[in-house]
Amino acid sequence: MKTAGSDSKAADDTEFHGVLYDSFACVGCRNCENACAEAHGFPLPQDELVAGVLRKTSETQRCVINAYSTPNGEVYMRTQCMHCNEPACVAACLTKAMYKTKEGPVIWREDKCMGCRYCMVSCPFDVPKFEYHSANPKIQKCDMCYDRIIEGKIPACVENCGVALFYGTRRELIAEARKRIVENPGVYVDKIYGETVAGGTGCLYLSSVPVNELGMKTNLQNASYPALTKGFLYSVPSVFVLVPTLLLGINKATKNKPENNEEDE
Amino acid sequence: MNSQAATAVSNSKAPTMWRFLLSEMKPRGKWFTWFNVISIPVIITGLVLIVIRFANGIGAVTNLTQEVPWGLWIGFDVVTGVAFAGGAYILTFLVYILNQKKFHSIVRVTVLNGFLAYLFYAGALLLDLGKPWNVINPIIGNSFGTNSVLFLVAWHFLLYMLAELIEFSPAIAEWLGARRAQRILSGMTLAAVIFGITLSTLHQSGLGALFLMAKEKIHPLWYSEFIPLLFLVSSVFAGLSMVIFEGSISNKVFSDQISEKSHKEHNRILHSLSGICAVAMFAYLFLQVLNFIHNKRWDYLNTPMGYWFLTEIIGFVILPMVLYFYSYRVKNITLIKVAAVLTMLGIILNRLNVSVIGFRWDAAVRYVPSWMEIVVTLTIIFIEIWIFRWIVTRMPVLRESPAWARKEH
Repeated sequence: MKTAGSDSKAADDTEFHGVLYDSFACVGCRNCENACAEAHGFPLPQDELVAGVLRKTSETQRCVINAYSTPNGEVYMRTQCMHCNEPACVAACLTKAMYKTKEGPVIWREDKCMGCRYCMVSCPFDVPKFEYHSANPKIQKCDMCYDRIIEGKIPACVENCGVALFYGTRRELIAEARKRIVENPGVYVDKIYGETVAGGTGCLYLSSVPVNELGMKTNLQNASYPALTKGFLYSVPSVFVLVPTLLLGINKATKNKPENNEEDE
Repeated sequence: MNSQAATAVSNSKAPTMWRFLLSEMKPRGKWFTWFNVISIPVIITGLVLIVIRFANGIGAVTNLTQEVPWGLWIGFDVVTGVAFAGGAYILTFLVYILNQKKFHSIVRVTVLNGFLAYLFYAGALLLDLGKPWNVINPIIGNSFGTNSVLFLVAWHFLLYMLAELIEFSPAIAEWLGARRAQRILSGMTLAAVIFGITLSTLHQSGLGALFLMAKEKIHPLWYSEFIPLLFLVSSVFAGLSMVIFEGSISNKVFSDQISEKSHKEHNRILHSLSGICAVAMFAYLFLQVLNFIHNKRWDYLNTPMGYWFLTEIIGFVILPMVLYFYSYRVKNITLIKVAAVLTMLGIILNRLNVSVIGFRWDAAVRYVPSWMEIVVTLTIIFIEIWIFRWIVTRMPVLRESPAWARKEH
């Protein structure tokens, strides 16, 4: 697959990886939740899965499965960090603690974070969670098991699932999702959630009912979120050049001292 | 009496200097005042709460949630406080850039207020940080998140505090009787002012730009791509209304500091400021209306949030704007002060609506600040006033500079 090239170039060929979740295939066994808790040292989730009762990710649970009663019967949906292509949290972070790796996962680095929670304010999916009751708090969110990925393994949830979660490059996953839609006519909604939302995400969703019935946000824009602050940030250099010049000009123009030579810089 | 002490210091050696500083540290004036009676218990409670916050985490004293991670400490202390501190850059613009000398007598006190505001709001920010010891990360350069609006705002806070300190520093030099330093520092004023105004335009708007990425989280009546511009324009009359409000109080409380001439001037200054406020508010209202129509927000008006929006715009923008215009015409100083208070309430409403009240207005669990958050906020404001009072009663802020400094000016 790799074309001939220098070794240093090889690193740049790394594609974004992601996770495809097939809600139609999911049986709601919550093995992924347990695997996640085990992999990251959290207590195993104890609460029951009841259709219509919304469970949320928290500072001790990075992914959740929810059940929804729909015309197609009980349908499951998974929630975790979406691993956006252009993450709002990364653009928001002033210390680069939130970081989009070249492999695709969005990770959080404790030594850099100052705990301002601007990532939480900016994330359109409300993903990062903050340990409010700790004197040395962490931000908790799914990191797609980045430690495992760089060791060549796959995320714990995917490894423990086998029917509904798939790990791969984003391109492969989109191809796989399309294939499933085409090969199973009438089963899936002809839309891959995550392909375009928020500028595209690493986590992709297939479902048999529209995702807005499964608690997913459908009011989000398709453009990337960092683009919203681009205009403002691009204006900064111009302001820094133009405003002082203008101010100095006005200052000289409005000075009406009889002796000009006395107090000049 | 104070200037004599200062002159004495400048003429003698270091030990006298220490003695002078020590004697200046001592509290002056009556202890048993209404302000002290109220502020001291609040400050003590607040300090205890701050200890609890650092021992048990932010959740121990605040009601913040995972959906609403910024509450009163950011929405009021920082976002609103900085708007109120905007008076310093507007006044330095009037005095040093437009050379409007009639405002000169209040420029020092305004810059001092601005500086203390930034100092304490940056302090309040530290309380809200989960890992405040990492606050140096974006500053010393081991991790520059240069594509973050907050990075820009943080740096601007820091640099602007420096600029304001330089702008204010001649007063410190005059207090210490350091003539040479006073001359050098005064010479830096214009540069500091130009730098300071540039920083202010960027971070006043930057505070608004912070919320640009929260596009779907902020109620549509308060979210638009023009938040930065709205924040910048409103900081003009927010800052000046604060100057009017604070000036009116200082004029009474510190009347012994103020010369007869300045007292007389003060009403003339308030009158001029009210005109500026009226025009700035008109520009702001125009932008708000334009924004409202452009984004087609009509459907939201007949909802509870819509009524709240109308309350803000009609009661706290249009009404004080009309009051400012009217009181400017008839030269009614009392009405100007009323308009200033209404305007300030409007700014508090607006900033909180964007950052707290309208933020995740649809969340299942609404954030309401805890009493502890409010007490800590009051603590910060009271400590700031204590420091302000300490400085004003010692340095030539409200009163005129010592004769030697005026001659060299």
